[in-house]
Amino acid sequence: MNRIALTVGPVLYYWPRRTLLDFYAEVAESPADTVVLGEVVCSRRHEMKADDWLSLARELAACGKEVVLASQALLESVADLRAMHRWADQHEFLVEAGDASALRALAGRPFVLGPHINVYSEPALREHAALGAIRWVAPVELGLDALALINPPAAPVAGGPGADTPIATEVFAFGRLPLAFSARCFTARHFHLNKDDCGFRCIEHPDGLLLDTTEGQPFLALNGIQTQSAAQHCLIADAPALRAAGVRRARLSPTAQHFGTVTALFDSVCNSGADALAAAAELDALSLPGGLVNGYAHRRPGLERMPA
Amino acid sequence: MSASTHAASPSPRKPRLVCPAGSLRALTLAIDAGADAVYMGLKDATNARNFAGLNFDLAQAREGIAYARSRGREVLMALNTFADARAPERWFAAVDAAAELGIDALICADTAVLAHARDHHPQLRLHLSVQASATTREAIEFYRERYGIRRAVLPRVLTLSQVEQVCRHSTVEIEVFGFGSLCVMVEGRCALSSYATGQSPNTAGVCSPPSAVRWEDGAGGVSARLNGVLIDRYAPDEPRGYPTLCKGRFDVDGTRDYALEEPTSLNTLSLLPQLMDMGIAAIKIEGRQRSPAYVEQVTRVWRAAIDDCAAQPSRFAVQPEWTAALGRWAEGQQHTLGAYDRPWR
Repeated sequence: MNRIALTVGPVLYYWPRRTLLDFYAEVAESPADTVVLGEVVCSRRHEMKADDWLSLARELAACGKEVVLASQALLESVADLRAMHRWADQHEFLVEAGDASALRALAGRPFVLGPHINVYSEPALREHAALGAIRWVAPVELGLDALALINPPAAPVAGGPGADTPIATEVFAFGRLPLAFSARCFTARHFHLNKDDCGFRCIEHPDGLLLDTTEGQPFLALNGIQTQSAAQHCLIADAPALRAAGVRRARLSPTAQHFGTVTALFDSVCNSGADALAAAAELDALSLPGGLVNGYAHRRPGLERMPA
Repeated sequence: MSASTHAASPSPRKPRLVCPAGSLRALTLAIDAGADAVYMGLKDATNARNFAGLNFDLAQAREGIAYARSRGREVLMALNTFADARAPERWFAAVDAAAELGIDALICADTAVLAHARDHHPQLRLHLSVQASATTREAIEFYRERYGIRRAVLPRVLTLSQVEQVCRHSTVEIEVFGFGSLCVMVEGRCALSSYATGQSPNTAGVCSPPSAVRWEDGAGGVSARLNGVLIDRYAPDEPRGYPTLCKGRFDVDGTRDYALEEPTSLNTLSLLPQLMDMGIAAIKIEGRQRSPAYVEQVTRVWRAAIDDCAAQPSRFAVQPEWTAALGRWAEGQQHTLGAYDRPWR
């Protein structure tokens, strides 16, 4: 049976440097195969500079992890572009493209298509394969049936320079879903602060700031300029369906609590034959904030929970 | 200059006025009111305003194009959703249909659609839709180099100085939104609607689709739900808006408010001199889902304003009657300059 490699996605929140380094020290010891580093949400966050990310990348690589550097999803300023080029200009690590500016900078060499690049059909994946993409992180709202049509398990789209490597499908398999981006910072807005003088209040919310409906249903989470689902998208029970859809990699999005347990459970199901439903029950028992959902995988509203 | 004598080819620095046509009636009214171009879509999921009763079949499209053509105006076709993995050929067929109809430009976002147009209809002029989320000159350049786009529509998240920055370095024409509903999220990268309803702009050409909306009368007032999720609750005497997900009232940390965006409309009339000065090629009016009367009146105001500004840019002033006319059509009767001028920055 094919392995499903585990990717630790970029930390989407603003964590203090010490917290972040402690987190990655744990990741280094975890069964994860790949670690995606970099600030992908807000360029104002500055606990880690580019050089800090690079030294962390080297440390993780020395621990046997494949490291990918991710570029920001929404680029607005010249400084944002410069930060993207900083990753594109280095050749030590693979880069994950966050937008079309990055696609242009990375064309002609192997790279990863991030989840915010809009690939919704096989011909679109072929367009990006021609640029050199070797891995495709599918948009979060796509169903598993669509994934199988876009990068068919029996005949995966060939990518990479010279188009010879089959493109590996990676699915967002755990964590609060990154659903939208804005120029506006909703965390700052909540605190009646201007974005340019935000006081970095997002650092106080290590898993985002919960947004409930008026009748108390947890609905979304505010993470600076990013809006996430309040619920944790979790495809652990769907592991057999992931395999059938040709998914080669599962992305686990960092959470402030229980991430080590999450990684271990995914590894046991994806790569050691553990029972998917039993592992799902264990994750349920952790009572992660917002609860677990998997609707998107089943071509349903993302906030629904469907039987696997 | 009256609408009927309006020249088809404005001087290079006069931005073209691009108006929405959700129906043949809206198209003709927009043309009569002075639109330089109208944009429309076919009756299916290939465009981002896929609502029942909206849009054109082929016969209507032909009639609309003939009407515009005879008056020296342009018709652009929005084919700006992402081809569905189950049937991408439907999007390609729509490109073929657009080419056959002889539309003046195709507005698209999906690389699969752009590639089909480039490979099969090289003569077809391509505009990059706002749904492609190209916010930098390098992103725009990516689409120009690979697909030969001739114009890019900028997302509504950029500030005026960022728009200027893009415009100054762009090798293609730049189009910006001038008036209409405001997306606070970057277009083409928002899955909020599919999270709640299963349908999003990218997957189905709709946001917060009417089929998912339920209104409930209760003791606490009127509730607006989207697939069961309470988006807003209005007191009996409170004005009600359409429950677009990002414009609802929610609780954050015990405070109930518009947590993402208040229901306001974008209105950049006062920025016209600056937009013209930076060489914006076209100004787009949002609202293919709005009534023909909206299209006619908003077009008329913008026609007058652009002509006025072009005639004497240094003395341009927003006329009170323009503001009043546009105010009637604004969401929540409020206007904002959106991200162009960020009071929240």
